[in-house]
Amino acid sequence: MAPKMDIQLTTDVLVLGGGPAGAWAAWKAASKGARVVLADKGFLGSSGATAPGGTTLLVIPPVAELREDAVQSRLKAGGYLSENAWIHRVLDEVETYLEKVGEWGYPFPKDHNGKPLRTHLHGPEYMKLMRRAVRQAGVRILDQSPALELLHDANGIGGARGVNRLTGQEWEVRSNAVVLATGGCAFLSNGLGCNVLTGEGLLMAAETGAELSGMEFSRQYAPSAAFGSVTRGRMLAWSTLYDQEGRVIGRGDRAFGSLQQHLLKGPVYASINLADTEEKRRFLRHAHPIFFMPLERAGIDPFRDKFPLTLRYEGTMRGTGGLRLTGNDCRTSVPGLYAAGDAASREKVTGAISGGGAYNASWAICSGNWAGEGAAEYALSQSGDACKRDLTPAGRYGLVQHSDADRLMDVPEIISAVQREVFPLSINFFRSEPVIRASLDRLHGLVPFLHDSVSDDHRHRVRAREAAGMVATARWMYSAALARKESRGLHAFAEYPQLDPRQTHRLVVSGVDRIHIRAEKVPHASELTPEEGMVL
Amino acid sequence: MIEVISESKCIACNQCVSVCPTNVFDRVADGIPVIARQSDCQTCFMCELYCPVDALYVAPESESVIGVTESELSEQGLMGGYREKVGWGKGRKPVASHEYMYQLSKRSGF
Repeated sequence: MAPKMDIQLTTDVLVLGGGPAGAWAAWKAASKGARVVLADKGFLGSSGATAPGGTTLLVIPPVAELREDAVQSRLKAGGYLSENAWIHRVLDEVETYLEKVGEWGYPFPKDHNGKPLRTHLHGPEYMKLMRRAVRQAGVRILDQSPALELLHDANGIGGARGVNRLTGQEWEVRSNAVVLATGGCAFLSNGLGCNVLTGEGLLMAAETGAELSGMEFSRQYAPSAAFGSVTRGRMLAWSTLYDQEGRVIGRGDRAFGSLQQHLLKGPVYASINLADTEEKRRFLRHAHPIFFMPLERAGIDPFRDKFPLTLRYEGTMRGTGGLRLTGNDCRTSVPGLYAAGDAASREKVTGAISGGGAYNASWAICSGNWAGEGAAEYALSQSGDACKRDLTPAGRYGLVQHSDADRLMDVPEIISAVQREVFPLSINFFRSEPVIRASLDRLHGLVPFLHDSVSDDHRHRVRAREAAGMVATARWMYSAALARKESRGLHAFAEYPQLDPRQTHRLVVSGVDRIHIRAEKVPHASELTPEEGMVL
Repeated sequence: MIEVISESKCIACNQCVSVCPTNVFDRVADGIPVIARQSDCQTCFMCELYCPVDALYVAPESESVIGVTESELSEQGLMGGYREKVGWGKGRKPVASHEYMYQLSKRSGF
């Protein structure tokens, strides 16, 4: 039954995903002496949420009080689900890696004393540099090579299989450790760079028994021009918001009522007219070419004209949930499987709220390094190469070779059906128990279609697997949401508008056919006082 | 969405085929690449940035096809404009080396 592989490789560590987390993981594993292969669905350098835009970095000076303040305020804002020790680790270590980025040639601007200002990374520049660093470390890069399923045996993970989208070649990489850095799941919502984030990485891991955590914290939407893809909310700080009749409904960072609320009622328009001097306008234009270029191309003067806004759903990417980490080296609950970046749950550093750009960027760097090191140590401690193991493929949903049905899987319809459940603000943002329950029932109803057969066309196969990833992710999200009968961070229920101190725990989900949920204790739960609960 | 591959400018290096994160282009034997799956374009503008000869144009509209032509774009001076703004290409200074973002974070408290 085993299909013939066009490319068959054996290595120590296989990294899936070529965004920042995957790139750092591959670099670190190679630096520790492991043989490393990195496979990305697209191209290491252009793929993922970071590459087309950029990211602000979390920089807190190494002064004990400042760091402690930052950690404490994060703990509180995140509903006491984060872990101080993990935030400290990120703050302590990210500086070292940013220095490395500078050594590799990133042109950080300097202050008048010649000290580099490491506050922001321009996506295209950063990821071009990471590609070079990864290659120089000796990593073999497989571009345009989406993974379709993991390989495993009784001892754990042993590699992955996939296909090259350009050539149709089948590939198999056997490795004693795999780092999953496939990003979050943004459900093809057309946010900048995010349509590669479709959840099949999470599905692959879950098929081998990996657990996920924090999936209920997934109510994040980002503003963009209604016609465009660029999701950069910070420009709203200089904007006035208007309704259809031209009435002012928001100014600066503040929408009077929420933007979500206004968009339920009708169109919302923005004009960046709070940037009221030529100097400010010139400054913003230069700082954010990715934001202004599309508007200018559309013939809009964003500083004078009003342009329509929409909210694009950001799924688990700007949410918090992902694979549950069970150790400091970013191991998951499956031996040999490690997770980094947005594919991992970020609750340890962000708790119940969104990491936002800065925390998530630093998390991608640090978790990538930890996972890369952990995977390398694990793989190098194994007695033999993975090619000698009796491995079997673990994939079960949306894969032709495991389907005996004769009905062809209607992939576009399945994707639309998932989007109809997760995109609407009226379902996913303004959550209420009966609405989420009904939506989850409809999502469960899609599972049988994931056993329909898939055509031999390799692009169709990739799409089918992405559809399966989205169905699984949406079901985990809403299953977890229903188990959290309160409002905390990025999860809120109309029926339970308050934080409930008794629910200061994490929700761990697992399984695909049947979804299991359990609560997991967090170390700082006792620090949340009932009075504080009311305020949060 | 990606709208234009300039026949006159394209040197068939197929860099766009290699770097597109969503596999929109197809390589063509003895020819320049084609836009094979336009609706899969995620409007991330990366192909434009990686094109060494400014032969590509991505329209800002991410969910509809505009049908703009190369001659219209050339008249308006829009081909290659993004690469210039980002400061990629010979003799240009990358935007990454500017202080803009640092100043922005100082001013806005982000």
